Amino acid sequence: MAQTDASLVHSRSEGLGARLSDTLWRRPSLLLFLLLLPPVLWLGIIYLGSLFALLLQSFFSIDHFTGLINYEFTLRTYAELFTPANFDIILRTVLMAACTTVASAIIAFPIAFYAARYAKGRWRAVFYLGIMMPLWSSYLVKIYAWKLILAKEGILTWALEGLHLNWLLDAYLSLPVVGGNSLSVSVTGTFIVFVYVWMPFMILPIQAALERVPTSMLEASGDLGARPGQTFRHVLFPLALPGVVAGSIFTFSLTLGDYIIPQIIGTSRLFIGQAVYQHQGIAGNIPLAAAFAVVPIVIMGFYLWGAKRMGAFDAL
Amino acid sequence: MHSDRAPLSLKIAAAAGLLFLHLPILLIFAYAFTTEEKSFAWPPPGLTLKWFAVTWYRPDVWEALSLSVKVASISTVIAMFLGTLCAAAVSRTRFFGRETISLLVILPIALPGVVTGIALRSAFSIADIPFSTWTIILGHATFCVVIVYNNAVARFRRTSGSLIEASMDLGANMFQTLRHVILPNIATALVVGGMLAFALSFDEVIVTTFTAGQQQTLPIWMLEELVRPRERPVTNVVAMVVVLVTMLPILGAYYLTRGTDQVAGQGK
Repeated sequence: MAQTDASLVHSRSEGLGARLSDTLWRRPSLLLFLLLLPPVLWLGIIYLGSLFALLLQSFFSIDHFTGLINYEFTLRTYAELFTPANFDIILRTVLMAACTTVASAIIAFPIAFYAARYAKGRWRAVFYLGIMMPLWSSYLVKIYAWKLILAKEGILTWALEGLHLNWLLDAYLSLPVVGGNSLSVSVTGTFIVFVYVWMPFMILPIQAALERVPTSMLEASGDLGARPGQTFRHVLFPLALPGVVAGSIFTFSLTLGDYIIPQIIGTSRLFIGQAVYQHQGIAGNIPLAAAFAVVPIVIMGFYLWGAKRMGAFDAL
Repeated sequence: MHSDRAPLSLKIAAAAGLLFLHLPILLIFAYAFTTEEKSFAWPPPGLTLKWFAVTWYRPDVWEALSLSVKVASISTVIAMFLGTLCAAAVSRTRFFGRETISLLVILPIALPGVVTGIALRSAFSIADIPFSTWTIILGHATFCVVIVYNNAVARFRRTSGSLIEASMDLGANMFQTLRHVILPNIATALVVGGMLAFALSFDEVIVTTFTAGQQQTLPIWMLEELVRPRERPVTNVVAMVVVLVTMLPILGAYYLTRGTDQVAGQGK
């Protein structure tokens, strides 16, 4: 026993490790520096460096005759974003992101509400896993599942035929903007899949906000004579709003940048993500692709600024 | 609002919402057994196990799978190292620029994937780095850091600083404290963060399309099949296996953090 103690004392007073340890303990700022060095180097060089390179490229332009990149500072590429064709792409994407966000909030709210207020014991676990599983299951498999569902020979047509309701689907598909040959090549199809894939991101922030609302407030509202509907409108919903806004950050941002869903399900009209991908790939117009990529960054910048003012970050 | 029982309309809306989330995934399971080869016909004309065997002997599927596992493993190790260091620094001390560091960690996942992807790609082309497995890993590790970081920060916050001081007072040096006090305390949080980071990397496709050259990870293989279908039944089988495999880390993370104040997996 005494021997062990002696060896411990020994190792404490001597040895490189011990001396290093002493130095770090005496100088916490050195320890902090060493802790931060690897992550900051990695993220700073690789990530911020890349973003900077992207930003730089967006100020170059492409010579449309030779197809070569002209390395001179210009705002011409940004001006190109405002041509009717390109501006259409931006408007379409923002509109789709807004619709997806609203629909996600409507579907997610009851799930979050039930999970936060009524699910107890076993059901709590069921709800938790019931929300986590779809959130984490494979993005491409989810899109693939909808390709199966929306296909002309798929399960949706089959179910509607069984109910003798296929005239309803045909009537809907003959509508001008939202319709198309079949659901899988229509804007409606793109919309459904966007909502399906990004909606789970909305549930947990709303649930977290609802869990923080004290039950006594709802009881007080009822005692003062409010009907359940009034309590919901005037008490519960305003208190849950920061959670909805926090969730909308995800649904909005993820829809803005997605290029795979509209490529697989939907019309041939482009979204911002697809424009980025095509301009850098086939067209080789990297400056324009970079300028297009800056659009979601700027939109999200404004969105986050607004969300912060509504107190959404406390609900995250 | 007074009662503890939910109104019927809420029950129906919540149940319908959950069904909307789960039925499409269950459909994948049915299609894996169909005998139909050319279309997505429903109901399946017959059931067979043949396509499982066909998939088993497809070398391209195995290659894509092994590349995905390799990329996800290495990215997870890098992300665990960087994320834990960052979490330790941010949660132990207050310093100038602390908020900036958390923002820097979250940024790769807060910005749309297409931005991260094109940014990395333009950086690779400027620096003349050829595409390889390592360029894929570089991208994946960058956005996986935040997952490990979130889990580790939550745990560090609950671990009392006096434990560390007590260990040092009792004569342990910093490395002994790290090994015998800090690591056992944060171990499950690290395992959970690692599993979730693995799941995220294993499934990532948007950034990967920009940072991969000719190589195919499993999601890239899947995307290729979605855009230009070759053998639909094989895709069905792979989709089903992917669903089953991605459930494992989520279940694992849930059971490891059950009963604590912060259950893992909330931030994807």
